[in-house]
Amino acid sequence: MAQIVIRNIRKDFGSFNAVRESSFTIEDGEFFMLLGPSGCGKTTTLRMIAGLELPTSGEIYLDGEEISQLPPSKRDIAFVFQMFALYPHMNVRRNLSYPLVSQGMARRDVRAKVEEVANILGIQNILNRPVGGLSGGDRQRVALGRAIVRDPKAFMMDEPLGALDAEFREHMSEELRALHDRMGATTVYVTHDQLEAMQMGDKIVVMNNAVVEQFGTPQQIYDKPATMFVADFIGSPSMNFLHFDGVVADGATNVDLNGQTMAVPRNLQGASGKLVFGVRPEHVTLSDAGGYRGEVLAAEYLGTTQIITLATPNGEMKARIDSAQVAKVGETVGLNLNAKTVTLFDESTGQALRSELNDEVLADG
Amino acid sequence: MAEVVLKNLSKSFGSDVGIADVSMTIPDGAFVVLLGPTGAGKTTTLRLISGLEKADAGEIWIGGRNVGSDTPAQRDVAMVFQQYSLYPHLTVRDNLAFPLKSPILKTPADEIARKIAEVAGVLQISHKLDNKATELSGGEMQRVSIGRALVREPLIYLMDEPLSSLDAKLRTDLRVELKRIQASLGATLLYVTHDQIEAMTMATHVGVLNEGRLVQYGSPREIYENPNSLYVASRLGLPRINILPAELFGGAPSGSTQIGMRPEHIRQGEGQDATVRRVERLGDQTRLHLDLQGHAITTVVDPHADYTPGAQIKIAPRDPLYFDARGQRVL
Repeated sequence: MAQIVIRNIRKDFGSFNAVRESSFTIEDGEFFMLLGPSGCGKTTTLRMIAGLELPTSGEIYLDGEEISQLPPSKRDIAFVFQMFALYPHMNVRRNLSYPLVSQGMARRDVRAKVEEVANILGIQNILNRPVGGLSGGDRQRVALGRAIVRDPKAFMMDEPLGALDAEFREHMSEELRALHDRMGATTVYVTHDQLEAMQMGDKIVVMNNAVVEQFGTPQQIYDKPATMFVADFIGSPSMNFLHFDGVVADGATNVDLNGQTMAVPRNLQGASGKLVFGVRPEHVTLSDAGGYRGEVLAAEYLGTTQIITLATPNGEMKARIDSAQVAKVGETVGLNLNAKTVTLFDESTGQALRSELNDEVLADG
Repeated sequence: MAEVVLKNLSKSFGSDVGIADVSMTIPDGAFVVLLGPTGAGKTTTLRLISGLEKADAGEIWIGGRNVGSDTPAQRDVAMVFQQYSLYPHLTVRDNLAFPLKSPILKTPADEIARKIAEVAGVLQISHKLDNKATELSGGEMQRVSIGRALVREPLIYLMDEPLSSLDAKLRTDLRVELKRIQASLGATLLYVTHDQIEAMTMATHVGVLNEGRLVQYGSPREIYENPNSLYVASRLGLPRINILPAELFGGAPSGSTQIGMRPEHIRQGEGQDATVRRVERLGDQTRLHLDLQGHAITTVVDPHADYTPGAQIKIAPRDPLYFDARGQRVL
């Protein structure tokens, strides 16, 4: 198995820049997510690691060996596509055997390997069935099996669950993650679904417009977003942005929001002008008191919790509160914003201001 | 707007049951969501009410009138489909005007202009009125197709998964918007979806369908807190309710064979020993996947709780639900 180091990788298609100088490291055995909206460059990055595209510049190291210009067959990486392609005229066993037979492996070894993989995937009982009659889940398991039998150093997966309906997708994502936990193979997984990335990934790279916005564990990215894009893209509902004009001194522990003093994590860089006060919905609480107030526009029941939409002097915001608490549409309520969790952003650059909260994470990223 | 009453409505397609013996009342001004998986009969119900299908048995009453033999046009309903169908060669304005110009309505020109301005304002597409339909984003096109229903004042709006083809962010925005529009118009709306979040957040009443039958009908809170069957309990709640053998924790009422524990209704520090298999950090919450005597259980804990795979914890149910062997609730 393998560590993958991406250094200053870039890809141009003619005059179109698909990936701009990006660097990150995928540790041995990690389940690593490339996350971003369509067109952000995540699939191009994956294809460069697999060798399906050659980078315009930059390096890719697989276990210390520079592989960026090698053909796919020399990289020992398996690729799983969104649409699982199986040989329709062969049974499951022959579909699984095929990659090994074509490598020239001895028949007995092929048989043993196929049995082993079928065991891992729980498909021993369908080995002799034609692939035509299989359920969607079994087809997917067989396709995964075809990638696994070769014992590659790493797996590349491009939205493998993208075409499935929600219920089945949830089931397969758990199965895929459990499979990874048993095998411990380095896996790079592309998705545009932030929940899937948070659920399955050990680490996440968030990409936007050909650029890596942030790189870290799910919790780091959620709690300490490096940019407004990340803060908005991760989380549902996403982070609230309260826009204000003001000054934050280096060392400040509060800001002025529409005449109200709001505590924030100690600021470490100072800024002025158009700024944004970022707070997640679950860190907003409603109370009768509180100088900072908002009008309830809507309440959405979600079972244990509810989402309240509010109009504040600095724009619309959402709060996630206990569904037992009453919030009437049209009422004006006091809002407490959990100071320890606040991230301030510079609106013009979209970058987070460094603070006691995020300093360590931003220094890494 | 009007009350709509379904009485013992049934429809089969050959040997396939579409819906079977469905009775429900959609009160005037209610936002009713029919929830169920593919094939549960949701769309069939809508099509029967709109008159696109004819019932095998039963009655449909709209505004106090039995409409069984009426044509779709006579029923005065407006339908929004999952796939937006706009006239690509027309502007947004002309697309919105089209339903009002129908020979049945024959709306005067100044009335059409007023109506379009109002609906475009509500849907926040006023600045796009002179664009061709093809020049819009997916979200804008779907708003226009909802707008084409809203320009009319039918007795009921029927919507068939109108948000399902949109991306997640836009869906979230339109959920709030649609509910606000419905409330401000006082419209009667029947909305079909397989998305439990849409059902819970928008509905005044949720009807849960299973294989053509209406298995429970009530407010989102009633359905979530007081489901009458295992099936209904599993349809609402994310992550899904944990279903385990009833005797696992003791104290099960007689006749119950299964216990249902919502992930957020599990106490820690007492009860049975479980092993943490996996920790999912979703930011606002952390999900623990546990193993309890070979049963998989999911629970939700504080986002910054410090658990690692292999850890042992004790768990016990809080407000559990019990079910019998047939999946019916045992109280």
